[in-house]
Amino acid sequence: MVTAMTDLITKHQQYINHLWISTFALFATACSDIEQVESASKTQGIVYCAEANPVSFNPQVTTTGSTIDIIANQLYNSLISIDPVTAEFKPELATEWHISDDGKKITFKLRKGVEFHSTDYFSPTRTMNADDVIFSFSRLFDVYNPYHFVQDASYPYFQSVGMDQLIRKIVKVDDYTVRFELFSAESSLLSNIATDFAVILSEEYAIQRASKNEKHLFDNMPIGTGPYKYKHFLRDNLVRFHKHERYWKHDYAVDQLVYDITTNNTTRIAKMLTKECDITSHPSATQLEALSARKDIVVDKAVNLNVGYWAFNTEKPPFNNVLVRKALAHSIDFNKIMQAVFYGNGIPAKSILPPSSWAFAAQNMPVYDPAKAKAYLSEAGFPNGFEMTLWAMPVSRIYNPNARKMAELIQSDLRQIGIRTRIVEFEWNTFIERIGRHEHDSVLLGWAADTPDPDNFFSPLLSCTATFTGKNPANWCNPEFDLLLTQALDTNELSMRKKYYLQAQAMLIEEMPLVPIAHGVRFQARGSDIQGAQLRPFGGVSLANVRKGEK
Amino acid sequence: MLDYLLRRFSLLLFMLFALSAFTFGLNYLFPGDLLTNFSGQINTSFSQSQMLEEKYRINENILVQYGAFLGRLVEGDWGVSLSSGQTVFSHVALLLPATLELCFYALVMAVLLGIPAGIITSAYHKKWPDRIISSLTLLGFSIPVFWLALLLIMVFCLGFGWFPMSGRIGLLYEIPAVTNFILVDIWLLNFPYGGQAFLDALHHLALPTIVLAMYPTTVLTRFTRDSMLNVLEQNYIKTARAKGLNRRQIILDHALRNALLPVIKQIGLQFSTLITLAMVTEVIFSWPGIGRWLIDSIYQRDYPAIQGGLLAVSMFVIFANMLADLTHSLLDPVSRNQSHGKV
Repeated sequence: MVTAMTDLITKHQQYINHLWISTFALFATACSDIEQVESASKTQGIVYCAEANPVSFNPQVTTTGSTIDIIANQLYNSLISIDPVTAEFKPELATEWHISDDGKKITFKLRKGVEFHSTDYFSPTRTMNADDVIFSFSRLFDVYNPYHFVQDASYPYFQSVGMDQLIRKIVKVDDYTVRFELFSAESSLLSNIATDFAVILSEEYAIQRASKNEKHLFDNMPIGTGPYKYKHFLRDNLVRFHKHERYWKHDYAVDQLVYDITTNNTTRIAKMLTKECDITSHPSATQLEALSARKDIVVDKAVNLNVGYWAFNTEKPPFNNVLVRKALAHSIDFNKIMQAVFYGNGIPAKSILPPSSWAFAAQNMPVYDPAKAKAYLSEAGFPNGFEMTLWAMPVSRIYNPNARKMAELIQSDLRQIGIRTRIVEFEWNTFIERIGRHEHDSVLLGWAADTPDPDNFFSPLLSCTATFTGKNPANWCNPEFDLLLTQALDTNELSMRKKYYLQAQAMLIEEMPLVPIAHGVRFQARGSDIQGAQLRPFGGVSLANVRKGEK
Repeated sequence: MLDYLLRRFSLLLFMLFALSAFTFGLNYLFPGDLLTNFSGQINTSFSQSQMLEEKYRINENILVQYGAFLGRLVEGDWGVSLSSGQTVFSHVALLLPATLELCFYALVMAVLLGIPAGIITSAYHKKWPDRIISSLTLLGFSIPVFWLALLLIMVFCLGFGWFPMSGRIGLLYEIPAVTNFILVDIWLLNFPYGGQAFLDALHHLALPTIVLAMYPTTVLTRFTRDSMLNVLEQNYIKTARAKGLNRRQIILDHALRNALLPVIKQIGLQFSTLITLAMVTEVIFSWPGIGRWLIDSIYQRDYPAIQGGLLAVSMFVIFANMLADLTHSLLDPVSRNQSHGKV
């Protein structure tokens, strides 16, 4: 019997040997080609684990932070930028700028010799000039721009800060000089031009797409001037950028930048440990210790201008009653949230503005007091409570690392005062879309600033125009409040602006369209061989200077 | 044989009819707007909705609607995914091959391991190889897939760092999708990156394949063992033994052929189980296959995608079963005489 088995085995052995030989032969032939191919196409590059799909590849049409992080600073440049340390304006595509005495005319001198991306779907014949700048900005407000109505003419950031109502026209002085003429002087315009949203697109590319009747592809197959150019996007999977060989600033960008779209927090950390990611965004606070214990992983930490809040749909009863909103605000235990969600890595909010903003003033914030909350509820006519939905964002952002957990804590707190809540979750982009349509009762969301200007916390979030563009999660339109914001923008005098913003902050706590909860700290985990991925206190992630392998 | 084929074919038609009717019915059962469920278009303008109503024959009776639905199915117009805005069919075409690839390798592995293991256990019935393998299969049979997957990730990916834990290939390797079967695509490109990409793809395949192969391997081992033991009891084997044939001749030349017939049928039937298990495996290993997409779509209430995904997967399972059935009947003439088809 044993012989039978050995027979069987030897027979198999022959097959297996055969298999091995052919496999080896295959590798041998493959290996002989290796050297040539390898030098031709290196796999040099960096993998960044991102938390969500980009919604578009044009920063003008979105304000979703996870999208801006991926596209804005990688594919594009803006005219000017803001220095993260000194908060002064720095030249980018514009080398110098001049504001007229009445503040209504701003002239930009453009940089010469800035090349657009050359890809398999577009080869530029000219460098950037005034036409590109005029095209990029006129798309936002000029109904005669052929691209204005592509994507439903929705430019949420610019519309919410009122920029589309501000620019009268943009004049081409010569090929490398443009002049913005405004209806009124506005103090925050330059900082809005310096945001990640105000990118310069290629007019030549736009014309080419329009002539082929492919305008809808313009925003999804981008052409910009940034350090990387678009290669490929596979939904739920990856975004691939290649190096822009003729980038005007420097030529040491990595050959390839790949975004691995990993929505699950724990998976992102695990991928960091298995070295499938070089950098990861927003590692959750619970896992920071596990990460920093590793020698080959560095955790960066930076103060950031942001706020996480709980907004009520103030158009929907019973949330249109300020007493109800106050009752809800008094019913939640902020300390518990700070411990369980932020793990001590956040700053409890004292106003909608973070303490590092120059206009910040601590407000008389609601405190955890169920008895008071119940009293407010009875006064509002709901002694027995009611039912509501609580929308929790599905991704981890700086201002709210774990909205689900926060929602569960709030749910249990609300049960104390007799309010029954249902937690609602959707995929991130669907979530944003539905919030924009104001389908929610209340939502846990937040805002990370794009500029250090305090207006960035008010106009894009809580102005009436923001309500119409679906960016105002509280659905709150208060003319008095809007007046304060306009007054603050109309003056360039810092003390006056501060005064108006103090009033605005006080009014928010008084009216409570949203409850500011906390200001998060920005984290990023990277391999110790990754250099040049600095965190900034505002705006999206920039990987322009990132390098690998140099210790 | 022709008679048999006809019977199978009519069964196939009936199954497809039932499946398409069910999918069609889902549009009415899902919450939300009927037109949106069909087309995946939301916030349509008035003229657009009219065009869609025309195309989907919404205002006519249900049979006409069903006819239009079938027509679109055949044309490949499966609507648009609510969450991505791309056509459902393009998603399916991209993702189904990834799932099939994984299932195919797992099945090959299960056959290569399971059948020899089954033969060994039957050859050493009630001796130590039988005992060891049988207990191992029992163990493998009872381990839930997701648990095994997590365990392997814990040990081999996070602990030792030997294997990657997600995806089909290192993302820095740029493999343009032609067939969407990753190994085939790499082969078509003539092994780019000096064969490294191929090795990397194999490296990524290893753990998901092992996890997915676990269950069918144990099933095939047990099935082969039972079938072999059954055949070894038959009179013709006794005769062969009496004639003085040695054990190797008896097992390989006489018993195995007959014993493998039911096993072959079983291989085909395993495909449906495999697809189900593949969904779990895909989610855990972030494998970009149809299972993960379907689960995501359910989570996002993406009704056109749920329909399309279900349809593609079930259609595939039906065809695979039918194919296995046909192969089986080609090899085993007796089974052709079954008067009733079954699935």
